Amino acid sequence: MALYLSKSGKLLPHFKQKICSLGMISLSSIASCFSQNPPLSPEHGKTPYAAPSLFASRRFGSVKAENLASINNTADSQALNFPGGMVKFTPELKFISDLPEERINCYRVLDESGHLLTSDFVEIDKDIAVKMYKEMVMLQTVDTIFYEAQRQGRISFYVTAAGEEAINIASAAALSMDDFVFPQVKSIRPVQYREAGVLLWRGFGLQDLANQCFGNVGDNCKGRQMPAHYGSKKHNYFTVASTVATQIPHAVGAAYSLKMEGRDACTITYFGDGGTSTGDFHAAMNFAAVLEAPVILFCRNNGWAISTPVSDQFRSDGIVVRGQAYGIRSIRVDGNDALAVFSAVHMARKMAISESRPVLIEALTYRAGHHSTSDDSSKYRPIEEIEWWRAVQDPVARFRKWLEIQGWWSCESDTELRDRARQEVLDAIQVAEKMEKPDLGEIFRDVYDFPPSNLSDQEKSLRQTVQRHQRDYTHFQL
Amino acid sequence: MAASFGVSSAAAANAVKSPALSPPSLPVIRSEARPISCRVNKSRKAGKITTKAVAAQAENPASAASKPGHEVLLFEALREGLEEEMERDPRVCIFGEDVGHYGGSYKVSKGLADKYGDLRVLDTPIAENSFIGMAVGAAMTGLRPVVEGMNMGFLLLAFNQISDNCGMLHYTSGGQFTIPTVIRGPGGVGRQLGAEHSQRLESYFQSIPGIQMVACSTPYNAKGLMKAAIRSENPVVLFEHVLLYNLKERIPDEEYVVSLEEAEMVRPGEHVTILTYSRMRYHVMQAAKTLVNKGYDPEVIDIRSLKPFDLYTIGNSIKKTHKVLIVEECMRTGGIGASLTAAINENFNDYLDAPIVCLSSQDVPTPYAGTLEEVTVVQPGQIVTAVEQLCR
Repeated sequence: MALYLSKSGKLLPHFKQKICSLGMISLSSIASCFSQNPPLSPEHGKTPYAAPSLFASRRFGSVKAENLASINNTADSQALNFPGGMVKFTPELKFISDLPEERINCYRVLDESGHLLTSDFVEIDKDIAVKMYKEMVMLQTVDTIFYEAQRQGRISFYVTAAGEEAINIASAAALSMDDFVFPQVKSIRPVQYREAGVLLWRGFGLQDLANQCFGNVGDNCKGRQMPAHYGSKKHNYFTVASTVATQIPHAVGAAYSLKMEGRDACTITYFGDGGTSTGDFHAAMNFAAVLEAPVILFCRNNGWAISTPVSDQFRSDGIVVRGQAYGIRSIRVDGNDALAVFSAVHMARKMAISESRPVLIEALTYRAGHHSTSDDSSKYRPIEEIEWWRAVQDPVARFRKWLEIQGWWSCESDTELRDRARQEVLDAIQVAEKMEKPDLGEIFRDVYDFPPSNLSDQEKSLRQTVQRHQRDYTHFQL
Repeated sequence: MAASFGVSSAAAANAVKSPALSPPSLPVIRSEARPISCRVNKSRKAGKITTKAVAAQAENPASAASKPGHEVLLFEALREGLEEEMERDPRVCIFGEDVGHYGGSYKVSKGLADKYGDLRVLDTPIAENSFIGMAVGAAMTGLRPVVEGMNMGFLLLAFNQISDNCGMLHYTSGGQFTIPTVIRGPGGVGRQLGAEHSQRLESYFQSIPGIQMVACSTPYNAKGLMKAAIRSENPVVLFEHVLLYNLKERIPDEEYVVSLEEAEMVRPGEHVTILTYSRMRYHVMQAAKTLVNKGYDPEVIDIRSLKPFDLYTIGNSIKKTHKVLIVEECMRTGGIGASLTAAINENFNDYLDAPIVCLSSQDVPTPYAGTLEEVTVVQPGQIVTAVEQLCR
């Protein structure tokens, strides 16, 4: 604990110099401040929240009116003692450019053929790495088969994470089981949902996934939400509504709750490039910064919001530059590079918890599949583009190549794994399909803690209707 | 729903690593009606029970000095309720604009930031959707936030979070996550606050499944409803009124809670049932004085619970009087009165001697000019006329 506090004192002047340009805090300078723990090992004990802040006028102490005398006495005619800090004057009539000279660089560890490009990353041991790969393959298999199932009419709707497996699994692997996950869901029309991998990593079973997609009695959401809208309290994975970006303020609120309790955990929330246009995103970012909440804001910039390309979504250099606008530390990573994502999330988590601050991560990736089963993306983007990303930038293949170079994986293991995964998923679907649908009463339960009289009346009335017209309601045998 | 008072064991299980709670005894207020099962946590001893639904005496300042209890203004009563709950349960926290050191725009949270710190009584930036969303997230992880909308009208910005998340997440998560939030703030037509600050949000929110709505009207029920709302596991929207904050009343010293789902019998009578809530209660009572002088005997019920309606109390009254007048501040279209009319017609049609009369505001934005504004709100004269016509 003392280690972090003394090192953070060194960081503060470092930040102040960088404030005028789009300066970045390099991974190595942060890395030197923290010991390189093996992944997934929990921090010990509670950390006090004495975070250094750039704008130090208020830090959760009660506010007193500023002493007017001290303001007027400022002899320096070069600067203004403005609320929030000193502001230097300039004689130049000069506007800040709308875009930086160069786009913010993207942190990458592995190249497309799986070779390491740097030593500046968080090491992973063999067990974790192999587990990550297996989960990525499982996620791919689940996506392929569930998508096919939708096309066959067995489930009504599905959303794949094709092309984004590294983000899912690597970020999940870098977190602990105590961290709260607020996954992404999107607009009221076809829904986007791409964090199934995080659930898989945390031990949510295949059968549970299948049950939720089929909305049967085994579904822990009790048949009340669309397919792929998972939620599991025991895995600290929060059910989210279909509305875009509403989970981001939720994540900040949960981080607030963690901060109140002084817990050694953080919150992470995922959203897409489209989600960053919403009011909720802005407000939550601002609030996370002001509140100094331990939240990781993970943006999956996959280039497309249904059919809207990013050039129609925003004109800034992606999302990473917005971090500084809110006073939030940020980084851009290659989203198809599992090691890069892992390292970034690992470090972000450390910062978030020990310094009680939000961190913004923008992962550049590509939505290799369609937006959802209701979409055909070849209508609005060139097939060559899709093919290139799928072939050359496939995150699973890249990670496998690295594993093979390490000697931790082989071709035979791969075939065996994929066959087994396929069989498991098919079995899960078959079981889920045959299971019963939830009982009528589930329509009325959990609206409140106990049903009020009007709901009880409505349930009675519905049961009477079903009984009277039994032939029309074969699903419900009363 | 069963009146579940106090911290249920499920909520206690959700509270991760909070210090052990030893809540004090929990007296319960009921009206004289049906017995309500009361789920009391085994670890608490039964306490004293006060059984009146209204405070002892609201209207005789002369004899006030000798009576038990203490006098408070309505906003102070709200604050007392908040403070007692924050004392009792460390998970209760407050979010809102200027609620911290400033004490809130209407001083409801005055002094609480000094006492509990400004993390627990949190000043938020101006983003209603964000801090309501934050409250939802905090509630899902075990806290019990009380969120203040500086004016209820601003909560329209948070409609998405209130409707789709607050109201629905308990349901769509299969019951895994509860959202025990309280959303409160002043609404209604004030004194020349302009159209945007004179909203009656109960009309817009009444359809949202999963939330409860209550409206307070006296210091006594304000404190009781605040406490009950905080203790409830459901999201509750507590509607206060801008013009009622300075009402004075003597309230009991001992702890009490009022039921979220019950209506309040303000004045028993025989001739006509007048249903009202919030500020209109006072216009109705003023009209009642005139009516009594003219020989009528109106029964006045403050419905208090806007969602769900207390059809039990209302029904009993209708069975006695057979005539109903609803007096509300909502606009004619789609207001609480409209829903209440439908509910009464459906359930008590046989007992009605005359069609239900509903007096509401017109379907117009509230004008600024005082003379114009006054006539958009139902006045006692109209109420007297309506009763006379109904009872002919």
